[in-house]
Amino acid sequence: MRALTWHGKHDVRVDTVPDPQIVNPRDAIIEVTATAICGSDLHLYDAVIPGLMPGDILGHEFMGRVVDTGPKSTLKKGDRVVVPFTISCGACFFCQQQQFSACDNSNPVEKQEASELLYGHAMSGLFGYSHMTGGYPGGQAEYVRVPFSDVGPVVIPDGVPDEQVLFLSDILPTGWMAAENADIRPGDSVAVWGCGPVGLFAVQSALLMGAGQVIAIDHYPHRLALARSLGAKVIDFKQTHVLEALMEMTGGIGPDAVIDAVGMESHGFSPDNLMDALKQKVGIGADRAHALRMALMAVRKGGRVSIPGVYGGLADKFPLGALMEKGLQIRTGQTHVQKYTRELLHRILEGEIDTTFLISHRLALEDAPTGYRNFHGKQDEWTKVVLTPGAKGT
Amino acid sequence: MPRRQTDLPLAAAVLALTVGAGLAAGAMLKSPARRPPDSAPGRTARRSHFGGYQVAGRTVTIAAPRSRIYDMWRNPDRLTDFMEGLAAVQVSGDDVTWVIDTPDGHLAVETRLVEDRENEALAWRSVPGADIEIEAKVQLRDAPANRGTEVEAHIAWRPQAGTVGQWAARLRGTDPKVRGKQELKRLKMLLETGEIATSSNRRAD
Ligand SMILES: NC(=O)c1ccc[n+]([C@@H]2O[C@H](COP(=O)([O-])OP(=O)(O)OC[C@H]3O[C@@H](n4cnc5c(N)ncnc54)[C@H](O)[C@@H]3O)[C@@H](O)[C@H]2O)c1
Ligand SMILES: [Zn+2]
Ligand SMILES: [Zn+2]
Repeated sequence: MRALTWHGKHDVRVDTVPDPQIVNPRDAIIEVTATAICGSDLHLYDAVIPGLMPGDILGHEFMGRVVDTGPKSTLKKGDRVVVPFTISCGACFFCQQQQFSACDNSNPVEKQEASELLYGHAMSGLFGYSHMTGGYPGGQAEYVRVPFSDVGPVVIPDGVPDEQVLFLSDILPTGWMAAENADIRPGDSVAVWGCGPVGLFAVQSALLMGAGQVIAIDHYPHRLALARSLGAKVIDFKQTHVLEALMEMTGGIGPDAVIDAVGMESHGFSPDNLMDALKQKVGIGADRAHALRMALMAVRKGGRVSIPGVYGGLADKFPLGALMEKGLQIRTGQTHVQKYTRELLHRILEGEIDTTFLISHRLALEDAPTGYRNFHGKQDEWTKVVLTPGAKGT
Repeated sequence: MPRRQTDLPLAAAVLALTVGAGLAAGAMLKSPARRPPDSAPGRTARRSHFGGYQVAGRTVTIAAPRSRIYDMWRNPDRLTDFMEGLAAVQVSGDDVTWVIDTPDGHLAVETRLVEDRENEALAWRSVPGADIEIEAKVQLRDAPANRGTEVEAHIAWRPQAGTVGQWAARLRGTDPKVRGKQELKRLKMLLETGEIATSSNRRAD
């Protein structure tokens, strides 16, 4: 099959690789009909996550048609499904609590050691990401082996276009969980740092959950315009003093809840040399935790802090005093995608949520390297790239 | 390590692995500075020695009843279903020979079942004259809040004089602590999900 493979910094290629097979009883094989490039993929592209091996297949946002099933899969050949980026067994203690990204049983045993060293525990397997999260071949490919296919995939009714439901795989539930973690109450002021896909969906979700006003912060004019079109007020941090503006826009109180949808990919992800990387991290993280530091300073006393943005290592100059003295609450985590997919599908089918506004570019899988180059280099206009396997490249 | 402590009986070393560090075998196992005993298992002590034995132990919670896990261990030939480091198990009555994979090939360890409490505990000890003195024990307890069963497994071992170097060489690169932990995780995967997670895209033929 054809698949987008990683070969090093800024070097991704569409290669011919062996087709996947059913390996475990609960597996299914999906023929991918649509797949997207995520902000998280750019960190792999920048090679700031060394837990990758040359030849790894990227991609964790994908959907398609079931073409093969293991004896314990509940899917049927021909089913159209969206696949969550978190791989979860559905049976362990964590899955039973709907903490799907904490699944005990989906990250292969021998891949868990690095995470245990760095975090104390290993999290669930993820598609197309670091070997710390399993090193599962990803969805920017013609076919994907989907483990625990009786738990994750959401069957989509015929007649609903791929583009309306594709983002159930990651960024829509991620924006939704970000807003849920902000514990929004009617009339609340909510500030969102970052107007990428995650931030934009957080804006949309916060408004649906009854926020009185949502203030979105970024520096890209087009992305700020998208936030405004969803109903947010916006702050361009290149032209405005963010902390002062937030105080003035909330009656001198500060936002009731803040959402950090910027994140900081750690350089400390290498399973090979974790301890060294950890030491290197001390004192380096300062600039990259900028958005989170601002959010902690801006949020009102006793307010809520939600962090969907990804952090991997240690942060320097973290305002721990502001956190404690102001009595803040923090909630964060890789998204428990399976917890939200059914409700969000329902809202899409009811017309309450539209996700297609985000898509700026549609390319053939064969042109995926062009997609990476521009999504990386021209962030303002390239807000989201959707790839179609099988289509003719340019 | 003082010489006299190598005389500690194997069973005492195993006991010391599980009960409070200070309680087990008194001064024999404890660091010289006496402190009041705490509640932690002996194997987690900052400084401890088990009379010349190497020890490893680990607890895992599995969402399954004790009886299911007991059955799995009571018929140890089924353990090869999930233990990657175990090449084969030969069972004949209470005698069990464990064939372990090492970087230098197979290693056979002859043991006998020395403790069998249904749904609670099982232990195997090496037979007299074996190359290695070893005891492996599995204990099962109900986990709190209906989370299933806490499975505690641990081993204590000491190569016999004269075979030490040979054993060390053959076990090179296989840390039994890491191995043991990983095998328990595989058992958990198998019992909770019916399969063992792999990111491989192709079956091993
Ligand atoms: N928690 C999860 O499960 C999950 C899932 C998907 C993505 N993520 C993470 O969410 C984050 C955002 O993802 P994305 O796809 O939207 O990425 P993106 O790169 O497209 O968007 C990030 C946006 O943040 C803006 N930004 C950068 N610094 C800023 C600052 N100081 N203040 C305000 N805005 C700033 C950038 O201009 C950009 O528009 C990433 O860290 C990604 O890895 C997390
Ligand atoms: Zn993503
Ligand atoms: Zn699970």
